[in-house]
Amino acid sequence: MGAALFTAEGLTGLVFLVLIATTVSGALVATNAKRLVRSVAGLALCFIGVAGLFYYLNSPFIAMMEMLIYVGAVCVAITFAIMLAEPRNEDKPGKQSGIGAFFGFFAAGLIFWGVASIGKNTTWVSVQTKVNDGSVTEIGKALLTSYSLVFELISVVLLVAIIGALVLARTGRSKNNA
Amino acid sequence: MLDLCNDLNTYLMIGAFLFATGFYGILQRRSLIGMLISSELILSGASLNFMAFSRFLAPDPTMGQIFTLFIMGIAAAEAAIALSIVIAVYRNYKSIDSEDLTDLKG
Repeated sequence: MGAALFTAEGLTGLVFLVLIATTVSGALVATNAKRLVRSVAGLALCFIGVAGLFYYLNSPFIAMMEMLIYVGAVCVAITFAIMLAEPRNEDKPGKQSGIGAFFGFFAAGLIFWGVASIGKNTTWVSVQTKVNDGSVTEIGKALLTSYSLVFELISVVLLVAIIGALVLARTGRSKNNA
Repeated sequence: MLDLCNDLNTYLMIGAFLFATGFYGILQRRSLIGMLISSELILSGASLNFMAFSRFLAPDPTMGQIFTLFIMGIAAAEAAIALSIVIAVYRNYKSIDSEDLTDLKG
């Protein structure tokens, strides 16, 4: 308990704890829900929590982009795909292997333990001087100077992805049930 | 407990948790859309790590934010492509279960 609860810092920390709980519970729902629609709802919850964490990391712009792109676009697109390709029997009885799920859980726990202990046991060296303040203005400047080639390339990638998605989703569609 | 938000390790833990949850989801899910959802969790854990390092350690705080923006763009493209593949698979197989796609099995 570093700060008292009913101060600005204490309430900030409390909201942060709520955001962590949102992220963790959303991720758990997204991976463990039986029906895919609930899974997407959990994914949206998790992304809302992650957007809040981005806000705490001094970047409200990225938090807004997370809400716009992930919660607003990706989750809605996945929901549409679920409605189009309806998985009616998500878990057929007898095919789910309990031992596989156990090994998956074990491997995921091992990965979490490994990554978390690397993070915990390393002494991170921080620099004292920052070259800028990381504001939206600085992001814009960096995007159009240092990262301009990547910026252009990602627009090409997105264009190709749009055309590719259209082509993939249209081929094999017959005229009479279109 | 209340000053967790100024600690780098908190964010690294959450990032590792998101990664491990997504990994578990990819292994355990059998429908293609479920795997896609889990892979989004993995990408989100990676971008949380980038943001945390850029906030606490990096000399240039815009670097991690720009990397996260690019991750978002790539993830959006990946989701669009993967969903259209899922729809094409559903049209051909009437199923999106990964164990039903066995045409190449000998």
